[in-house]
Amino acid sequence: MLRIVLTRLFDAIPTVLLVLTLVFVSLRLLPGDPALVALGDQATAEQLELFREQTGLNAPIWEQYLTFLRDAVTLDFGTSLITGQPVLDTIARNLPYTLELTFVAVLLGALMGIPFGIFAAVRKNKLPDQSMRVFTLIGYAIPDFYLGALLLLFFGLNLGLFPVIGGGEGFLDRLHHVALPALTLAFVKIAFIGRLTRTALLEVLSKEYVRTARAKGAPERDVLLKHAMRNAMLPVTTGLGLSILATLSGSVAIELVFNRPGLGEMLMSAIAQRDYPMIQGGVIVFALFVVVVNTLVDIGYQIVDPRLRKAA
Amino acid sequence: MTGPVLSVRNLATSFRKGQGWSRVVNGISFDVAPRQTVAVVGESGSGKSVTAMSIMRLHNPEKSRVEGQVLLEGRDILALPEAQMRRIRGNDIAMIFQEAMTSLNPLHPIGKQISEAILLHNDCSADEAKQRAVALLDKVRIPSAASRYDDLPFNFSGGMRQRGMIAMALACKPKLLIADEPTTALDVTIQAQILDLIRELQREEGMGVVFITHDMGVVAEIADQVVVMNRGDEVESGSVRDIFFNATQPYTRKLLGAVPRLGSMAGEPLPRKFPEIDGVTGAALERDVMPDTVRHDQPPVLSITGVTTRFTINKGRFGRASGRVHAVENVSFDLMAGETLSIVGESGCGKSTLGKSILRLVKSQEGKALLNGRDLFGLSKSELRSARRDIQMIFQDPFASLDPRQSVGRAIAEPYLAHGMGTEAEAGRVVGDLLEQVGLSADMAQRLPHQFSGGQRQRICIARALALSPKVIVADESVSALDVSVKAQVINLMLDLQAKYGLSYLFISHDMAVVERISHRVAVLYMGEIVEIGPREAIFANPQHPYTKRLLAAVPIPDPDHKRPSKVADVTELRSPIRDLDFAPTRRDYRQIGEGHLVMA
Repeated sequence: MLRIVLTRLFDAIPTVLLVLTLVFVSLRLLPGDPALVALGDQATAEQLELFREQTGLNAPIWEQYLTFLRDAVTLDFGTSLITGQPVLDTIARNLPYTLELTFVAVLLGALMGIPFGIFAAVRKNKLPDQSMRVFTLIGYAIPDFYLGALLLLFFGLNLGLFPVIGGGEGFLDRLHHVALPALTLAFVKIAFIGRLTRTALLEVLSKEYVRTARAKGAPERDVLLKHAMRNAMLPVTTGLGLSILATLSGSVAIELVFNRPGLGEMLMSAIAQRDYPMIQGGVIVFALFVVVVNTLVDIGYQIVDPRLRKAA
Repeated sequence: MTGPVLSVRNLATSFRKGQGWSRVVNGISFDVAPRQTVAVVGESGSGKSVTAMSIMRLHNPEKSRVEGQVLLEGRDILALPEAQMRRIRGNDIAMIFQEAMTSLNPLHPIGKQISEAILLHNDCSADEAKQRAVALLDKVRIPSAASRYDDLPFNFSGGMRQRGMIAMALACKPKLLIADEPTTALDVTIQAQILDLIRELQREEGMGVVFITHDMGVVAEIADQVVVMNRGDEVESGSVRDIFFNATQPYTRKLLGAVPRLGSMAGEPLPRKFPEIDGVTGAALERDVMPDTVRHDQPPVLSITGVTTRFTINKGRFGRASGRVHAVENVSFDLMAGETLSIVGESGCGKSTLGKSILRLVKSQEGKALLNGRDLFGLSKSELRSARRDIQMIFQDPFASLDPRQSVGRAIAEPYLAHGMGTEAEAGRVVGDLLEQVGLSADMAQRLPHQFSGGQRQRICIARALALSPKVIVADESVSALDVSVKAQVINLMLDLQAKYGLSYLFISHDMAVVERISHRVAVLYMGEIVEIGPREAIFANPQHPYTKRLLAAVPIPDPDHKRPSKVADVTELRSPIRDLDFAPTRRDYRQIGEGHLVMA
């Protein structure tokens, strides 16, 4: 098991390098002079030159690239142009809020979506399946920021059951704060994962090895959970991975709606204020997150499917 | 004397269809005594598998209705509550299926799937179950059984998987074993081993066997009693000798008449059509020998020399080449105009790869393939495209090789138009003409593939191949998926077309009985190499190479008085054609036996 994890992490290194290179190149390709952007129109030629000297913009491109890589690997993203604080500190302050939101949302989505999907598949075309279909339609149709606003108005403002601003302090308070936004994001997740589980399970249930399991006298619960569900988990694992990534980008809007701190909120204000080091740091963290999630999905695959373990 | 293990009385199964019910099995009755084998035979759609599933009560209860009685040692199991029925499945009645690959759970180790069956019906510890599972694997002759316990199904070969299935079915010493086409997907030599194994285990365990099959040869070999089914009805039943020698029903006689019999062509050098079966009486009318279509006066239309196709296996992180599959190794032969050369061998012997190599659908490393004197391997892409007009291919699966959303008329016209052989209007006429040539009618051109039966679809594929008026047709297992009577019709059609257009066939098949009918010459392929090649009559009457002999000996004979001798101990599997990178194939010499009959020395 440890070997699998290590191999996968090793495999992720080229991806990370590629991502960093793309970020570097895209920053150089952006129109405009970074020094001019940083110091503003009023800056004198000397000030600009001094800035370039200090930030290494005068150095040859490969040297800039190596410096950039070194900084990225050591998590040195520079300082914010607006607040003057290290970018890393800002990210470190905001990241936990985004992570906990994503984690709780996906967990809710999986814990509710998978059983819903199983239920719908087993009772195909019956009431549970029909209700699931309606729920899926609603889940897909309502934009999450709108649903978020509705929940916020009703449970937060009208009933006063949930806080309407901030991220909270301490475990229970944070859980209280994350509940509504996570539920908002989980709503579409439940629909997506439920639908995916239903389709995958129905496909597997028509397979011959399921018939074999019944033919040897396995009780229906064993047939479903031991034989069918494990095979159906393969596509669901992929779906979960996609779902985590979608939640991460979806959290940008939700953090704004619920006035929560987080990467989304941080990036939005950085973009509005043209805080380039901050944007760069945020983009790199996002990209790394994508790589980490993909690696986790790969590892998940190997746990579910022993054939991949042997092949590796 | 005890009564029958299983007694099926007036079994009728209906499936829900829209608002109503449609009958698919209509009043079947038979008894199975201990140690007795009852074969249920019929063509596809006859309801034989539905019968088996009805006995096991494996149909979805909401979509099916099973009537009549199924008495297991006198107890009607159709009347049992599901919880009790579950204890019978796998315990008193066990079942094995056609496709062992898809019938085993791909994510569970084989051994675990067997011990699961033991644990479900026995009060024992997991360790005990494991020991018994290993003993069972050993019993079905899996080499070094204990070390294979944790192997996943994909680590096993087809024959080993089916043996694993049998081990699972035997796990609780069932009184009755239902085998649903257990050897249909296997090679003849492996089929022979599995049949021997079932017979021997039946003797040891004393169980009754219901054997479902479409293959009369297998029936003759294994059955004591036979039930013939057609479209859900029981046509006839009786002892195996009664059915084979004194069948009263025309359908039974028709089924038997259509069965290709190995050795029926002895003394005839030319191909002969399958007998025509009289639909009313079921009598078989033997057809005339085909005229000699082979043009010995012309140079060969296709000349293959030293064709070698190898696939590199890449392994590890950076895809380093770790070995090579020697799929086709130094194969040479000539194909004359109007001649049928059959390439025979078992799965994995390289026969399909050889066909694809010649058409350059896969890349060969060495050799020449001269079509009318032009080397296909040396042509540029555009030259190859025009050369392919003369050499066409028909595939095995007529369901998968037609686009389900394209009318069959379009499918047939496509190659004609793609090669710019005429206008749309001309293509329309050609399509109509071709459909009639293959025994369909011109007005069927607008229909979609799903509106045709399997045999009709294969005719459509033949029409498509004929659209370019090719010289050579490569037929890769083209009749293997068809029922016997349909198979005979398609082969007869191919023989007619050969006589009419002077076509040459490269007929790739594992079915020796069909090969005997259609071929002028036969080449036996083993591990990518031709081990024996020669006139069909010589190969069948006087096989020289041990592999050819083994292949011919394994074919079941549809005659209950001439059962194949049992050779249970022989569990040889096809050896792996994977070699090290530095492997240098040995040079082969061939010994001449007779006129054109060569055998590897």
